[in-house]
Amino acid sequence: MSFLSNLINGISLGSVYAIIALGYTMVYGIAKMLNFAHGDVIMIGAYISFCVTQYMGLPAWVSVLAAMLVCTLLGITIESLAYKPLRNAPSLAVLITAIGMSYFLQNVALLIWGSNPKSFTSVIDADPIRLFDGQLIISDVALVTVAACILIMIGLTWFTGKTKMGRAMRAVSEDKGAAQLMGVNVNLTISVTFAIGSALAAIAGVLLCSAYPTLMPTTGSMPGIKAFTAAVFGGIGSIPGALLGGILLGIIEIFGKTYISTELGDAIVFAILILLLLVKPTGLLGKKVREKV
Amino acid sequence: MKKMKVLVSFVLVIAMALTMVSAAVAEGALKIGFIGPLTGAAAVYGISAKQGSEIAVEEINALGGMQIEFNAQDDEHDAEKSVNAYNNLMDWGVQLIDGCVTTTPCVAVSAEAFNDRVFMLTPSASSTAVIADKDNVYQVCFTDPAQGAASAQYIGEHALATKVGVIYNNADAYSTGIYQTFMTEAANQPFEVVIETTFTDDTTDFSVQVSAAKDAGAELIFLPIYYTPASMILKQAESMEYNCTFFGVDGMDGILTMEGFDPALAEGVMLLTPFSADATDDKTVSFVTKYQEKYGEVPTQFAADSYDAVYALYQAMQTSGMTEANTTEEICEAMVATFPTMTYEGITGTMQWAADGTVSKTPKAVKIVDGVYVGQ
Repeated sequence: MSFLSNLINGISLGSVYAIIALGYTMVYGIAKMLNFAHGDVIMIGAYISFCVTQYMGLPAWVSVLAAMLVCTLLGITIESLAYKPLRNAPSLAVLITAIGMSYFLQNVALLIWGSNPKSFTSVIDADPIRLFDGQLIISDVALVTVAACILIMIGLTWFTGKTKMGRAMRAVSEDKGAAQLMGVNVNLTISVTFAIGSALAAIAGVLLCSAYPTLMPTTGSMPGIKAFTAAVFGGIGSIPGALLGGILLGIIEIFGKTYISTELGDAIVFAILILLLLVKPTGLLGKKVREKV
Repeated sequence: MKKMKVLVSFVLVIAMALTMVSAAVAEGALKIGFIGPLTGAAAVYGISAKQGSEIAVEEINALGGMQIEFNAQDDEHDAEKSVNAYNNLMDWGVQLIDGCVTTTPCVAVSAEAFNDRVFMLTPSASSTAVIADKDNVYQVCFTDPAQGAASAQYIGEHALATKVGVIYNNADAYSTGIYQTFMTEAANQPFEVVIETTFTDDTTDFSVQVSAAKDAGAELIFLPIYYTPASMILKQAESMEYNCTFFGVDGMDGILTMEGFDPALAEGVMLLTPFSADATDDKTVSFVTKYQEKYGEVPTQFAADSYDAVYALYQAMQTSGMTEANTTEEICEAMVATFPTMTYEGITGTMQWAADGTVSKTPKAVKIVDGVYVGQ
């Protein structure tokens, strides 16, 4: 029984990583850049949701929509101000800019909301599922997070596979120059990618803080790093890979903490990542791309 | 360019004049410096403590007689910034220090204060490292060992549980310090510690720790930790439908003031604290009323400890016959001689000090009922 409940804890933790990893992997897959500010967009989304419910007294679903709207605008703004001018710069410059943006967002949040931790009220208010006479409890937040992950994964796969914008995204991801020659508006495509990625970040932020209710300006950084690990684990750029990587990472972390040592939990996670990358450098579901010389 | 120079010199002249004015005001007042986190993650503690001290300063100044000038510096709960804050106070000519509020910065500052011979009375830095080998550093709060042992005794004496779990932060000196003495004392008590689990500073997922305690059948969980992780543990226990008693120490104080926190989660949480705001003695009632009028909230234990710190310093100044005209070093030596011999009756209990700087007073247990502390 305790094995099952640990498994469920692992899946709930993993689903939070997965939902963040989906945004990471989508932006990487298309814009070919690691957006390290993603974790901080999540934090902003959670703060927006907190403010809307606490200070304006509006219902939870309004707060989620507001968070998505603000984060989408924020994502587009960040992209056009910080990343667009660097479109042809070496990838290292873009990476450093993203790290700078991450610190910038954290400090802005520190200025606006202060450093006192705030307690986030869960946006989901349903009864948990009780199995085996209440010995096994699956929380409502975990159920919603897993469901949201699967829906988003299906939605993204459909969007990139079937729609015109999705095809443009894949074209841009394959070869920016060629896509431009074929009449694809590269700047618009990348902006849309950031908009979608940031809207997903808002959902992730709300679900992250519903599961783990403390909200601080640094709330997004550790989950952001873990989710990045999850995305690499599943094969960065692969949408189903992000889901698989996130869930596996959550399960490994919980099992490592339970059966080996609570202090070594994170160390075990990263050790397994290194082992996996040694054996399969592209991650679990990553595609092998041959570099042509 | 010439205009610029004129402007700069003009500004400098004004600045100089202002400094002279403020120096003139300070004449004839005892300079008490305060160091604590007024911003940052531990700001709740620092702000409470500062507000508590300010009320004491106002009351003393209203009495006439010796006047106090109070200067509060922010250390953001950071050792390095705390030493900077201390240096600012030294430049200002501080005579007595009420601080630091949190342990890690206090260890750094107390070493400096020991070298410079400035007397320090910390309201709430509870580690023994703060006072160790320093004759001029005293505490108003219990030391961490005292908190751990007192908690174990309280749980045993009141038969709160037979199976006890402990969750502590092993990346934090405060938490591990209390944990160790709790475990030592628990061996003599009629309960069994069935599970001990740990976490580190950036842990947000407590499902492993809470489900381990649940599986071990713990009826009470002892939480020698700060309130931020505690709030997440309470939430986790609720979502696992695990009903046990939670027992905290002074770091738990402040959980009810956390913005957005649902007080229903903390229903039934017990904590050991020397101060309960609903006590009916005159001193406490007067302090709580003034505090509420001024700051619009119920004072926490940190506010009360810090209020007592200022009064204890004031009483020791009176007893030893020191005045604001004495030098910082003279005051320091007089305090070192006076503190171990005096008895001070404050709102956090009747206190006596040992020469090593530790205080003895009786802790009270409070329970959170309907979102307020109720004395037990």
